[in-house]
Amino acid sequence: MKNSREIGTWEAKKGLAQMLKGGVIMDVVTPEHALIAQEAGAVAVMALERVPADIRLQGGVARMSDPDMIRSIQEQVNIPVMAKCRIGHFVEAQILEAMKIDFIDESEVLTPADEKNHVNKHDFSIPFVCGATNLGEALRRIGEGAAMIRTKGEAGTGNVVEAVTHARAVLGAIRILKVTPPEELMTIAKEMGAPYDLVRYVHENGCLPVVNFAAGGLATPADAALMMQLGMDGVFVGSGIFKSGNPEKRARAIVEAVSRFDSPEVLAEVSSNLGEAMVGINISTLADEERMARRGW
Amino acid sequence: MPAVGVLALQGGVAEHISILTKLGCVVKEIRTPAGLKHISALILPGGESTTLISLMNRWELIRPLRAMGEEGFPIFGTCAGAVLLSKEINEKEHEVNQDSLQLADVRAVRNFFGRQTSSFVEELTVAGLAEPFTGVFIRAPLLLPLSDEVEVLSRVKDGPVLVRQGNLWLSSFHPELTSDSRIHMLFLESHGILKGSG
Repeated sequence: MKNSREIGTWEAKKGLAQMLKGGVIMDVVTPEHALIAQEAGAVAVMALERVPADIRLQGGVARMSDPDMIRSIQEQVNIPVMAKCRIGHFVEAQILEAMKIDFIDESEVLTPADEKNHVNKHDFSIPFVCGATNLGEALRRIGEGAAMIRTKGEAGTGNVVEAVTHARAVLGAIRILKVTPPEELMTIAKEMGAPYDLVRYVHENGCLPVVNFAAGGLATPADAALMMQLGMDGVFVGSGIFKSGNPEKRARAIVEAVSRFDSPEVLAEVSSNLGEAMVGINISTLADEERMARRGW
Repeated sequence: MPAVGVLALQGGVAEHISILTKLGCVVKEIRTPAGLKHISALILPGGESTTLISLMNRWELIRPLRAMGEEGFPIFGTCAGAVLLSKEINEKEHEVNQDSLQLADVRAVRNFFGRQTSSFVEELTVAGLAEPFTGVFIRAPLLLPLSDEVEVLSRVKDGPVLVRQGNLWLSSFHPELTSDSRIHMLFLESHGILKGSG
């Protein structure tokens, strides 16, 4: 047999994201959390030192987590482990790659390291997920090599409103692009600040070339099902699980809700008796500099 | 022609549907035991096997699926789907205490090739196909036969990656992640669901 094995190809990077579809990715800060998440049916965990709600509360510069902490989670579970690097901090990304993390989230939840540029994600053999608030931003990230997109929402608020806004912005723009005459695509690319070939891809295929998840403020099974019914491929739940009264039960309920998002009867059943949800924050009470979704360029 | 079912709880569902549709099949997404009626074959897609088994348990799909598999119903599992069909599951780095449908005499070694950094694409020689097939392997398992009834249809240098035991087909890689429908076609034709069109 000829040996033609190719590692870290675009198909392999994008393909892992495709296998996460219809699933829930959960933020975890300890190996114990990671195990709870895995047992509840999470498709992957995001290993980090503080969930976004605590990053908000404690302030200061938020950086990549201690590799030792990430490693303790890698050792605990056999589902994929993701970790965050700061926007533009390609050395944090190199460290995460050296640790054989399965997916890097170049995340606005951490304090940006570069106010103009994101990481050149083509340089890496492992896949990246990046946040986006609109289609232009999503396509810029894919142009830089992101193998998965998620809405930014407003992390750590327990308020789904921004995730809905961003999902509608991205999906609505895709719907419009689908019926746009081809001669208008270049001007649209210019106005969106997005690569022309990707604008054309969306026009021709009616979807992003990569998987598109919801994130940022989801706290209940109904929130998760709402994002799925809007047309997202899966969900991230950050502070919503381990900042709630009964994380184990809520985690499981959100997984079940995502798998049967179109059945209100099932949603009613899984939403019952989950204990207290995390305390939410009204977005209008946040000062501009407190809004993480504004980070990223 | 009765529909081909695709288990639609989590994972690469749309990709299988797209290939099956291209082959001219009517496709039905399966989420409940009632959905298993009136289908001629079933695909268990890739995804996260721990998630899939937990959801199959929750929606009471394990018993009916096991019964169908035992009665000779054609089932094709890709990657996580293949893990779910296997009688034994283990892993190199972690202990695995995972339930499955326990149908095929196969030991699935989960994440055999390592983490995502080792995911790869390789040209495969497949029994029954004249030209090579591009295998996309993502955190893939290796599929070790436990009995002579298991026929190896394709292997890489590390071991078998496409095997068949009668009505059960298992692949380590993701034929649904390419636009190549030949392996789906082999599976469906061998069970008379799709006639060879030549």
